[in-house]
Amino acid sequence: MSDSVNSKQEDRRDFLKAGGLVAGITLAPGLLFYGVAQSRAPEEGVSSRQRWGMLIDTTKCADGCNDCVTACNTENGLSGKTGPQDSQWIRKLNVKDLHTGYVQSLPMMCQHCENPPCVDVCPTGASTKRADGIVLVDRHACIGCRYCMMACPYKARSFVHEPLHDQKPDVPRGKGCVESCTFCVQRVDKGEQPACVEACDAKGHKAMVFGDLKDPQSAISRALKSTDSVEVRADLALGTGVRYQGI
Amino acid sequence: MAIMANLPVLGKWFRIFACLGAMAFTAIASTQAVAGVDLPKLEHGKGDQCVDDVAFIRRHHPDLLKHHRDETVRLGIRTTKYSLKKCVECHAGSKTGSVASSEEDFCVACHRYAGAKLDCWDCHATKPGKQVPDAKPVLPQHGGSK
Amino acid sequence: MAHEVCVNQGECRTVEFFALLGLGGLLILGAMYAFFTLEHHGHILTGMNNQIVWGLPHVVAVFLIVAASGALNVASIGSVFGKDVYKRRAPLSGMLALALLSGGLGVLVLDLGRPDRLIVAMTRYNFHSIFALNMIFYNGFFAIVGLYLVTLMERKLKYWTRPVGFLAFFWRLGLTTATGSIFGFIVARAGYNSALMAPMFIIMSFAYGLAIFMVVQASMYSWNGLTLDLAIRRRMKKLLAVFVGASLYFTVVFHLTNLYFAKQWDYEQFILLDGGIFTLLFWVGQVFIGAVLPLSLLFINRSQGEHLVSFSVLAPLFVVVGGLCQMYVTIVGGQAFPLTLFPGHEVHSSFYDGVVHAYHPGIYEWLLGLGGVGITFTLTVVAVRVFKFLPQDDFKTVLMRRSTD
Repeated sequence: MSDSVNSKQEDRRDFLKAGGLVAGITLAPGLLFYGVAQSRAPEEGVSSRQRWGMLIDTTKCADGCNDCVTACNTENGLSGKTGPQDSQWIRKLNVKDLHTGYVQSLPMMCQHCENPPCVDVCPTGASTKRADGIVLVDRHACIGCRYCMMACPYKARSFVHEPLHDQKPDVPRGKGCVESCTFCVQRVDKGEQPACVEACDAKGHKAMVFGDLKDPQSAISRALKSTDSVEVRADLALGTGVRYQGI
Repeated sequence: MAIMANLPVLGKWFRIFACLGAMAFTAIASTQAVAGVDLPKLEHGKGDQCVDDVAFIRRHHPDLLKHHRDETVRLGIRTTKYSLKKCVECHAGSKTGSVASSEEDFCVACHRYAGAKLDCWDCHATKPGKQVPDAKPVLPQHGGSK
Repeated sequence: MAHEVCVNQGECRTVEFFALLGLGGLLILGAMYAFFTLEHHGHILTGMNNQIVWGLPHVVAVFLIVAASGALNVASIGSVFGKDVYKRRAPLSGMLALALLSGGLGVLVLDLGRPDRLIVAMTRYNFHSIFALNMIFYNGFFAIVGLYLVTLMERKLKYWTRPVGFLAFFWRLGLTTATGSIFGFIVARAGYNSALMAPMFIIMSFAYGLAIFMVVQASMYSWNGLTLDLAIRRRMKKLLAVFVGASLYFTVVFHLTNLYFAKQWDYEQFILLDGGIFTLLFWVGQVFIGAVLPLSLLFINRSQGEHLVSFSVLAPLFVVVGGLCQMYVTIVGGQAFPLTLFPGHEVHSSFYDGVVHAYHPGIYEWLLGLGGVGITFTLTVVAVRVFKFLPQDDFKTVLMRRSTD
């Protein structure tokens, strides 16, 4: 009696094991794909299985359009003032070829380098690159020495020169620290697009594509594969997360 | 020289004044203590209870917040328990709508009493955001990959 | 002034001493005022901005730090290379090095955006950062030179002077290399990215440090109514001339490599020809006042006798002025020249891309910078009074004369 029960249970266990194995083999690739493509659970940390990046098509970026800048200011609580001491996380550049006279317009911001000079030079480690490639300033450790601003080839960083009030709850900012574009990390962590990209899409220009460079199925990966794109100051070999096409 | 001869005297007077000054200084600071300061009257936060046992939170909130802040900044972990943003949402005062705008507001009142300086509010918003609480659940939708 | 025979320096010229102390204290007070004002209102009150992120305070700070390692050179020549005249100046040299470093670091700290987080800077190190490495070098410098001073002052530890002196010598070379590398490692900026930065800073530190040493030494001798022996003066003048000449040589090579090897023509044109204040400071300040003028003064052989101002004081003073100009050209000029994002393109934006950045130092920057000098000055004045830092030359070889004013 007991023997037969045991053997039956063992049979069942074997069956379940086998079934599980088969199911595992068939489902695993799908599950893995699911794991990469879906946004993280809130308690799960970022991982290097993702790398956020952006592709900017300068041919679609309109001269005189400033929507990405405005959206950034609104999302992150920047004043929008453009004095020499005011913060600008993203700015529109007018680039004129000196030989041909051809003028292009493009947005410039933190390029979220693979090997960021700002992270290298930061004495306290406040400048940091998350596992998913987003370069941030940890304001809790920033002493305001501004060495990162000296080191950044893209002039992407700003120093907060005066006390601030009424910051956005998701975007803490304050006097005496250095700051720059975060790819709207507060939105990306929720599975949303950066504000600039959303604004560009809303305007119908669709000059900016944001996504996971390590996901071969993502729109940005496919776009990068099919078009020629460049890093700004590629000679420095920083491996920027932001790439440009059309320049 | 005459000045040199006077020096010890100068030193003595200097010491006397230094002592008097120091005493006056401590006396000013301690008048409140002598008079006795009432415990801060804190406004009750929204909801029935805090995210953890109040005594635990009271003692450990600096560590909890510090731990959470590092996880959020460095690892992108945005859980809501022990998040400063959530503290602000529940404890913003009814008059100012803030945790640190007036001396009666939650954080300031207690920290003033304890004499512990805060620099959270140099950078962090002292008021809850406008669209709070976020009713719509976060969709497991991938940002811009498709 | 009446003739006082001061057996112990601590007993004479008290009024003047306190006046000097007051002067130094005033400078420090000014810096503290600037510090608390900036701490409250932010750097918006300064001329520094998102383009010129390091301004006048950093010019003074880096100059003082570089000069600090150079001031130790006198001791190194004594302890490491065994020159007796310099050995007797080792205590003064070590003390001066510490005072200069304190002044320089003081300014750097007071200018931080979040000086309240100094503890973070001292406890969290990013070892990729040359800046963090510098903090270790600076702290180590205090410890090693402090120890070195102790071995010089305590007879029982006399035998340790040489090994500790060696250590201090190599440490200071490392320190200046690292300080120069702060700029040399900045790949993005045309004015900085050069392997020559570190060695150039070392040779300049020799010149600036020795110049400050000579000024301080001369002041101490005249304070005590003594005259420094002519042989020693000549010797130090020659050494200074060598250092100033070498600095000038490095400056020439630096700009030539930029022109020839690195092809940084735009930047060179900016600094050498049409950079306005930077061009002026380079040619008049760094090259003429800092090198040509002192070199000619140092090589003029004046007949022995009384002069209104000794060239061995005047020349180093010019070197100091030139050094400050050099730091201004290097640090501020390097930032004023715009970053090149797209070579061969003209760029403009709301964020001052592609334009030469203007910098107008405000009162707070001046106060901070002068405060650094004040810290060094005060520490030196106090140390010289409290301890016996006046070089104790051997009377057999060096004739010391009472001045007869």
